[in-house]
Amino acid sequence: MAIKQLTVFVQNRKGTIVSVTDILARNAVNIRALSIAETEEFGILRLIVNDEEMAEKVLAEHGYLIKVVDVVGVKIGDEPGKLTAALDVLDKADINVEYLYAFMARTEKHAYVVLRVENNETAESILADAGFHLITEEDINKL
Amino acid sequence: MAQNYYQKEIETMSVESMKQLQSEKLVKQVKHVYENVPYYKNLMDEKGVKPEDIKGIEDLYKLPFLTKADLRDAYPYGLLAKPLEECVRIQSTSGTTGRRVVAFYTQKDIDLWEDCCARAIVAAGGTNKDVCQVAYGYGLFTGGAGLNGGSHKVGCLTLPMSSGNTERQIQFMTDLSAKILCCTPSYAAYIGETLKEQGYKPEDIPLKAGIFGAEPWTEEMRQNIEETLGIKAYDIYGLTETSGPGVAFECSEQTGMHINEDHFLAEIIDPETGEVLPEGEKGELVFTSLDKEAFPLLRYRTRDICVLSRKQCSCGRTLIKMAKPMGRTDDMLIIRGVNVFPSQIETVLLNEGYLPNYQIVVDRANNTDTFEVNVEMSPEQFTDKVSDVLQMEKSLANAMKTMLGINPTIHLVAPKSIVRSEGKAVRVIDKRKLV
Repeated sequence: MAIKQLTVFVQNRKGTIVSVTDILARNAVNIRALSIAETEEFGILRLIVNDEEMAEKVLAEHGYLIKVVDVVGVKIGDEPGKLTAALDVLDKADINVEYLYAFMARTEKHAYVVLRVENNETAESILADAGFHLITEEDINKL
Repeated sequence: MAQNYYQKEIETMSVESMKQLQSEKLVKQVKHVYENVPYYKNLMDEKGVKPEDIKGIEDLYKLPFLTKADLRDAYPYGLLAKPLEECVRIQSTSGTTGRRVVAFYTQKDIDLWEDCCARAIVAAGGTNKDVCQVAYGYGLFTGGAGLNGGSHKVGCLTLPMSSGNTERQIQFMTDLSAKILCCTPSYAAYIGETLKEQGYKPEDIPLKAGIFGAEPWTEEMRQNIEETLGIKAYDIYGLTETSGPGVAFECSEQTGMHINEDHFLAEIIDPETGEVLPEGEKGELVFTSLDKEAFPLLRYRTRDICVLSRKQCSCGRTLIKMAKPMGRTDDMLIIRGVNVFPSQIETVLLNEGYLPNYQIVVDRANNTDTFEVNVEMSPEQFTDKVSDVLQMEKSLANAMKTMLGINPTIHLVAPKSIVRSEGKAVRVIDKRKLV
């Protein structure tokens, strides 16, 4: 069920993000969502893309340090309080969210939240039981 | 294991005969230098030593020392002992510390140097049936030229790859079944990592032995290279000032390097007082070239700190052995008043599960030394969480503090992002400007 997130290690220097996005663009990889966690010295780019195999291959060829990890994707209504509702469910089940980021759907009145948790399956079943719609790789590809 | 020697009579000569041979050569060499090198004649005259005062190796201590500073002062021709028309080659240092040194060779000098390298290759198990891949830099650097010549002398099929272009190195290595790899230890480790990434297991790699030198490396690094490449890794020692690699080489025992003492007479001195120390004591290594014609350095101070030993060796060689240098007096960094050797950093990295790919950056801010170590992280170590990476940096800094007594700032960086030049890793960047 989980979706694949591409994680890229970069030095915190001018021009490093553009060189990553440029490689992806030249290989027709479309970025669906992007989040950056940065420190003074380095940054970790987290990307949801339409073709993570291609993205991993071309970035590895350029010497980037990459890890593909499974994350939970959940679809929520584009209304105030919907994100809180989803997080509330996880909190009540004592599931710690390491990090999250969200993006909007282009046409539908929906938002998508990407969650990094310790145990994907537990988080997914809890969210599903609470009536949330989880997104799959297929959903991502259709976006 | 049956032992092979390249020049058995010399390599297994009795100590008495060796000393006799060295004495005869020394007397001749001192005369040659005194008559042909005004720079050294002046040093001898200042000390009040005449060539006839040197009757054998027991008189060696009477001669003045040469240092790297003398080589700089005498650059380029001041220590040349033969007319240029008799010289056929120039080699030069990699210039890692200060100004370059140029060394001159006659054809005979080249010949004897290549013999020394051939002894090293045979001691590592090389024969005329083997393909020998030389991945030291070719050109002014002595690494490529020396091992290339030695490999020819042994009769190996020589692959003159030079350093770099790792993809091509691997292609030739696997396609032509190379058995011996000669390069710097950091490049051997790099080739090993690349092979591993490409899915090669140690048993799939055709190599049986490697001869690695031109930069300091630790026992931990040896184990690491031996495991990744599935080989025996042998150390080789040399310096451009005396000829190049092959001044000393390791045998099957892997417990120090036999010095080719028929050509290079070794002493250990107290680096402070210059006094000769007895065998077994730690001090600065000093070499006297006994056979070099064009660039014959007498009592050249290498700045390498090590120990000599005449303990009997299981390989049958009687040549005196030198321990792996514990550090070069000029590799040592003084950071916040503490002595730091890059080899200590390397030991910590290997103990903590990192590859020995690092770079030390020292600078000064607000009158205090800053001490940063950049360390390459492997794909297995990388995670998507910032906190994990920060935690790894912190625990590595703690391990270094335990070893060194001072706390570095660790920066984990992407693999292969630390610059390598001529296959030699640039280990230290000291930006401090102290006048």
